[in-house]
Amino acid sequence: MHPFVELDRVSLSYGGGTLAVDGLSLTVEQGQFAAVVGPSGCGKSTLMKLVTGLMPPTRGGVIVDGQEVAGPLKICGMGFQNPTLLPWRTTLRNLMLPLEIVRPHRHKLRRERAGYEAEAKRLLASVGLAGFEDKFPWQLSGGMQQRVSLCRALIHGPKLLMLDEPFGALDAFTREELWAVLQDVWMERRFTGILVTHDLREAVYLADVVYVMTARPGRVMSVHRIDLPRPRNLETTFTPEFGRLVHALRDEISNVREAVR
Amino acid sequence: MSRKRPAIQTLMPWLVVFGLFGAWELACIAFSVPEFVLPRPTVVFQTMAEFAGPLWQHSSYTLFTTVIGFALAVIGGVLLGLAVGASPLVYHGLYPVLIGFNAIPKVAIVPVLVVWFGIGTIPAIITAFAISFFPIAVNVATGLATLEPELEDVLRSLGASKLDILLKVGLPRSLPYFFASLKVAVTLAFVGSVIAETVASNEGIGYLMLQASSRFQIPLVFAGLIVIAAMGVVMYFLFAAVEGRLTGWATRKTEFAEVE
Repeated sequence: MHPFVELDRVSLSYGGGTLAVDGLSLTVEQGQFAAVVGPSGCGKSTLMKLVTGLMPPTRGGVIVDGQEVAGPLKICGMGFQNPTLLPWRTTLRNLMLPLEIVRPHRHKLRRERAGYEAEAKRLLASVGLAGFEDKFPWQLSGGMQQRVSLCRALIHGPKLLMLDEPFGALDAFTREELWAVLQDVWMERRFTGILVTHDLREAVYLADVVYVMTARPGRVMSVHRIDLPRPRNLETTFTPEFGRLVHALRDEISNVREAVR
Repeated sequence: MSRKRPAIQTLMPWLVVFGLFGAWELACIAFSVPEFVLPRPTVVFQTMAEFAGPLWQHSSYTLFTTVIGFALAVIGGVLLGLAVGASPLVYHGLYPVLIGFNAIPKVAIVPVLVVWFGIGTIPAIITAFAISFFPIAVNVATGLATLEPELEDVLRSLGASKLDILLKVGLPRSLPYFFASLKVAVTLAFVGSVIAETVASNEGIGYLMLQASSRFQIPLVFAGLIVIAAMGVVMYFLFAAVEGRLTGWATRKTEFAEVE
């Protein structure tokens, strides 16, 4: 195991001088799935932008895959609460979008379209969407759209997947279903994942390691290793160990919120 | 593609139009309105038949200038909209000027155009252009500027260039806005060319109406008005049809609701 994402005492202040994160250090190992939780406004989304290089840090350094980040990463898959699918494209063509952009795929796409489409269909099937290739986004439910969004983030085989509250807008049952879907995909592909979330059960279910952030300006307050055996399932969430982990996280976040007040 | 609409819905526009003409006719008779104040529709349509030749000649001229001016407005409006929507710098620089320009009543610039280009076709084309490019530019710019920031993040983290984002997302996304603006702009273009014709021209439906009113041929004036309205409606529905065909995904609620 070697570190894939490293943030070293990173600070970022927005235009006016408000610090979003201050002295944030965090390491995610290759192939590890990390979750970042914290009170709202703690700079979790800022963390996403820092790691992907969409925003440069004011101080400190960000290293991804052994390289200092200096500009958008180009290798990264991203997913958000809003599935951001293109309404004029079918599911399959939405999925192909990253391949039209990422090198070297964009140059090979025309010649090897059939192969790429087969790969896209296989990915869709693996999240339970076989047969939905030709549907438009509005013909899909919210949970289905989020699955497509997840596939789109993975189609080009990124080494790093960044998720910003991807299941935040879904109902509880759909959300739990998608935890399992995401875990399956991750166990098959073993990319490095960083999941930003408010949902502590989601964090414990999915992550190998959970980082708890302080209130703004955000930094890492504590790190929890989650050693629950995989694959985890809904039963896991009812075990005492799972409950204990969630409880511990919840207490810490309560303390952070108290401290702010 | 779309399901059959109920017959009454298809009939409604015609019912309203005929109802309007009927009410107009009846009101003129009931209050015995003199013909040189408000002619009855039947008289207007008689005049229309009587003057079919000149009406046709002048309205086709107006249609010609309108379409040319409108085509220029589409080109200019799209280019300007792209520039304004894609670059915040251009946006901040140009927007006040554009709004200022749009606030100028176009009838006020026709005399200037006449000084520059003489009486006739060119002032009409330019007025049609000037009055109709603004909604196109604004709509295209809006379509580009309302791109979701998350989607932009997704694309940038894949290494997409500005051009990639524009071609893959920006342009398709602004198409519904663009077509919506065409419907409005084409009717405005008629306003522009007719205004120019009434101020300075020897041809066109505006010129015909001005001549007719100076000779107290009020029915002919109304005949001209109806012809302009008809041309506007035809052009509007032409572009509405194109819009529905090309950007059905944006109006899916009415068109696609029962696809499955």
